[in-house]
Amino acid sequence: MPGVGISVKGPPVDVPLDPLLRELTPQVLGTVVRRFRDFAAAEDAVQEALLAAATQWPDAGLPENPRAWLTQVAFRRMTDQIRRESARRRREGEMAVEASRAAEATTTIDAAAEEDDRLVLLFMCCHPALTLSSAIALTLRAVGGLTTAEIAKAFLVPEATMAQRISRAKQSIKDSGIPFQLPTSEERAQRLRAVLHVLYLIFSEGYTSSAGPELQRVELSREAIRLTRSLRDLLSNDAEIAGLLALMLLTDARRLARVNGEGELIPLTHQDRALWDRPQIAEGIALISATLPKGSVGPYQLQAAIAAVHDEATRTEDTDWPQILALYDLLKRMTDNPMVALNHAIAAAMVYGPTKGLELVDALKTDTRVADHHRLDAVRAHLLEMAGDRGAAVKHYRAAAAKTGSLPERNYLLMQAARLSSEMRLVDGQE
Amino acid sequence: MKYILMMNADKANWDTYTKWSKEDLQRNVAFMRAFSKELKNSGVFVATEGLGWPNEAKIVRAGKDGEVITDGVFAESKEFLAGYWIIDVESPEQAYKIAARASAAPGPGGTPGNMPIEVRQVLSSFADLGL
Repeated sequence: MPGVGISVKGPPVDVPLDPLLRELTPQVLGTVVRRFRDFAAAEDAVQEALLAAATQWPDAGLPENPRAWLTQVAFRRMTDQIRRESARRRREGEMAVEASRAAEATTTIDAAAEEDDRLVLLFMCCHPALTLSSAIALTLRAVGGLTTAEIAKAFLVPEATMAQRISRAKQSIKDSGIPFQLPTSEERAQRLRAVLHVLYLIFSEGYTSSAGPELQRVELSREAIRLTRSLRDLLSNDAEIAGLLALMLLTDARRLARVNGEGELIPLTHQDRALWDRPQIAEGIALISATLPKGSVGPYQLQAAIAAVHDEATRTEDTDWPQILALYDLLKRMTDNPMVALNHAIAAAMVYGPTKGLELVDALKTDTRVADHHRLDAVRAHLLEMAGDRGAAVKHYRAAAAKTGSLPERNYLLMQAARLSSEMRLVDGQE
Repeated sequence: MKYILMMNADKANWDTYTKWSKEDLQRNVAFMRAFSKELKNSGVFVATEGLGWPNEAKIVRAGKDGEVITDGVFAESKEFLAGYWIIDVESPEQAYKIAARASAAPGPGGTPGNMPIEVRQVLSSFADLGL
């Protein structure tokens, strides 16, 4: 970058740039927003700086201070833009104070403000005023440092669509006048919940893709783990952040065992547990074990604890179902979520038998949030199979298959129905 | 030139499909995956999607004063789109050849299903001209 003023005479770049750039993105963006007070423009400027780095560093070598390099390029973009803008205004007879103010911009980095900046950014991108899909896209770009093209690819939409989603999200932030500062202590808890929810959605979108022919989009899960990890670095005392991170680690550790070579979905009970990522499970268990005793137990910690109990069993039949049921009891009391109630029913069936489980599932029939959901049919089918009622189980597996929005899941459910049908034919000589 | 290959099925096809044996389903799923992969590898692939079950589908029509009127599709349609591929090829013949392979996807017992595949040209648009 000619004229940047920082020498670009570092070592040749032999490491992949992406992780470094993604790490630096929120730091640089925070500095630029703090300086210029215009999030939307700053975000564009930082994206341009990242692009410049990605094209120049591979040839020119890594700058001595990559962060200062990026910050300065972004500052320059901002300054240029403000100059153009004020020149236009001068022509319209207005004074341009911004230009002179911008010209004074330096790359001095206030280390104390830096950690705050990253937090503020996260709170801003996950603001409840945004739709969830906008918040997800904006978080991945502004905090995660992913390019629009990468985000578009991960969500299987055209790049232009994703670009529009991001720019509308930035416009919403502008329009609603959300200030670039930490939320007040009264709204902080609620705002943090919104942040965790967005991170959780990014993770689960990567883990169980809601659409498309492939089951997992690893990139999104990894990104969600990375972002949650860095959030935990900033707020290490928050038990729910630790809980969410543990939940992601313990769930993601089973990734390789979830799908076979033919792309078929393998349920937890049938997974080859040798494929589970043991070091990652150890990390997740250590984290949740250290967090739970601290008090203030929340839903993410409980879900992590449940995942930990599953991961601790070396064989399916060793699973400590009474403990899982106890945890679901707590979770059910804490959240009014019908999906939790459904999982609670499965755990109850594993402890007290399928009749108990079916009773609990029946109670959900009147819950409009879940009554028509394919998971209700799938769980019912599973419990009916446990109860030995193959005919009814087949019917519900097929009903679930007709409702699911995931092709791998549809194939899985149809195959369960087919397996049971052929067992029935073998036993009874009829379907 | 772009073509869309549409796999159509009637209600009886859908109902029968849910009753295929596990082996038949596995064979068919494996074929579809390999087929799409091959289209990608040969550089003609543009897009593919499988569609949800038709009994979950609705037909929406705006009424006279704009209010929404919906119907299940069974009342109005004999055939339903089950899924599609969009390919970018040199000639219609190449599209027909690829469609024939999709049509031969294994059915029950592993014999070719010979499902009808509707081949329609996707017209080039203003977007192709950069407009």
